[in-house]
Amino acid sequence: MKFAVQYPAIVAAAATAFAFGAAQAQEITGAGASFPAPIYAKWASDYNKATGVKVNYQSIGSGGGIKQIDSKTVDFGASDMPQTDEVLKSKGQVQFPAVIGGTVPVVNIKGIAPGQMKLDGQTLGDIFLGKITRWDDPALKALNPGLPLPDAAIAPVRRADGSGTTFNFTNYLSRVHPEWKAKVGEGTAVNWPVGAGGKGNEGVSAFVNRLPNSIGYVEYSYVKQNKMTYTLLKNRDGHYVSPDDDAFKAAAAGADWNKSFYQLITDQPGKNTWPISTATFILMHAKQDKPEKATEVLKFFNWAYSNGGKAAAELDYVPMPPAVVATIQKSWGEIKDTAGKPVAFK
Amino acid sequence: MISTPSTKHARSGPLADQIFGWVAKGCALLTLGLLIAILTSLTISAWPAISKYGFSFLTSTVWDPVQEEFGGFVMIYGTIATSIIALVIAVPVSFGIALFLTELSPAWLKRPLGTAIELLAAVPSIVYGMWGLLVFGPVLAQYVQTPLQKAFSGVPYLGALVSGPPVGIGLLSAGIILAIMIIPFIAAVMRDVFEVTPPLLKESAYGLGATTWEVVSKVVLPYTKTGVIGGIMLGLGRAIGETMAVTFVIGNFNQLDSLSLFQAANSITSALANEFAEAGEGLHQAALMYLGLVLFFITFVILSFSKILLSQLRKGEGAKT
Repeated sequence: MKFAVQYPAIVAAAATAFAFGAAQAQEITGAGASFPAPIYAKWASDYNKATGVKVNYQSIGSGGGIKQIDSKTVDFGASDMPQTDEVLKSKGQVQFPAVIGGTVPVVNIKGIAPGQMKLDGQTLGDIFLGKITRWDDPALKALNPGLPLPDAAIAPVRRADGSGTTFNFTNYLSRVHPEWKAKVGEGTAVNWPVGAGGKGNEGVSAFVNRLPNSIGYVEYSYVKQNKMTYTLLKNRDGHYVSPDDDAFKAAAAGADWNKSFYQLITDQPGKNTWPISTATFILMHAKQDKPEKATEVLKFFNWAYSNGGKAAAELDYVPMPPAVVATIQKSWGEIKDTAGKPVAFK
Repeated sequence: MISTPSTKHARSGPLADQIFGWVAKGCALLTLGLLIAILTSLTISAWPAISKYGFSFLTSTVWDPVQEEFGGFVMIYGTIATSIIALVIAVPVSFGIALFLTELSPAWLKRPLGTAIELLAAVPSIVYGMWGLLVFGPVLAQYVQTPLQKAFSGVPYLGALVSGPPVGIGLLSAGIILAIMIIPFIAAVMRDVFEVTPPLLKESAYGLGATTWEVVSKVVLPYTKTGVIGGIMLGLGRAIGETMAVTFVIGNFNQLDSLSLFQAANSITSALANEFAEAGEGLHQAALMYLGLVLFFITFVILSFSKILLSQLRKGEGAKT
């Protein structure tokens, strides 16, 4: 048996597994994205208490998750970046979204409270391109007429490590800022024109909290837990929205999940949508050599969709809307054993 | 003496001798085999980048994962610059520590001081990184960089050397953190080798009327130069390979647009640690592997250089100075 003791929750899960005794041998392993790792660990721990099945999730990054599922060393992979349908087809894999989150710009300016500053895609892109370098720039003043914007240089902060959060952020900027798209583009790591790099969400939030007049972007849960000064962002319909669960849900609801799970839900239409929302994905092989393992994986996520909502909300993730869950369950019919029979998940 | 000469051990037979010989040879060959295996697998994984860029990889400053355009100069420069800064600070300080401990310190202070230095070596590097980011960085920005920028503003070269946003992260902070990390290593080795200098030699020098400095520079240092250089190389090796602490304070910025010591930069190890997990198959990964190969090569060059230096020094021995 192998224990990935990265999270206290998994340690707890392991301990409970022992309490259940040796009769429980069921164990599934997944690896990949670090953004959903806390919620997967929590679900794993709750699921273990409920059923005795042990879920090991190794938070090694989306790139690592894709490599591991390609080489079939894990039962499921996890990636923040959806795979295109062509790539999935060529690899014989399927994907489905597991949970929704959002990326939020945060600032550290004296005298400005959370939710006071307004930004749009154009100014955000200009700041990270190094075109807007001071907080009292006319463009920022025009968006925020009443705010005491200081006469100080902007210190941009971004992720140093390759990450799904960066992909989400740069994907949004590429959609709304043509010059960003041409010069920098989108990816888990990009060629940043300016800014200091912090390692992980915690690194970026540490930098922003420490540096006066800085701006960075982090996962929504970090904003809430560290009480950071988030900004409002102008969405596609022209409304300034603040980041919260409903705004992420609105973005997810707008996507056409029936057509394909390859959905990047940045810059979605809708009055309340948060423009930098994202879903995170699970990857599995369509043809299963070990159907009993696949069954356990699907059972786990099926359980999480119906019972994991509260845990997700506690950790500031947004569960998939019920309509999307139905679509996901339907798509599981594509996961088959070697005889071509769909694997069971109920 | 525990064993007495009267206890006679059975002499091992020629077969046991042979087996022992094979095992020993196997262990030695295993190291060599591992080295070759690592080099080979690194080269194979890096091949797409090597065949595409060749040596221009070493001089190109573009690192753009989106456009799949990679050059390693920024990271190579960062690794070498931070290591040089670290050595420039660490070698004199370590020498002072070792000198004080062996020649000047009162006996009661030797042990606690020596233990404190050894304890410093045991602090995990991530702790140095966090401390550098949260405590040392702001101090450096506020009390060193800002005054320096004021003093040198408008002065050519010197002004450029201290330019940049005053955030306290960059080449200099990484170099200083590295220096703090390698001082215990270099100091401990230096102290140990200084201590093995035969007292007879030192006392004779003192007897001839030499000052402490003359004894150290004319007797102790020449006698221990191999050990001293070994200690410095050990420190340099650690500085070049250090990852976690550097990642925290170097700023991880893949552009080289000024020569400022306060400019956020990147190092080879830091780039590897940050980007490897999310790098997709293909050129990005190969470029990172190529960087690893370059690091391997840098370490190799330094090792060879120190060997050559030592053999040159040995040649000079006994010659009239």
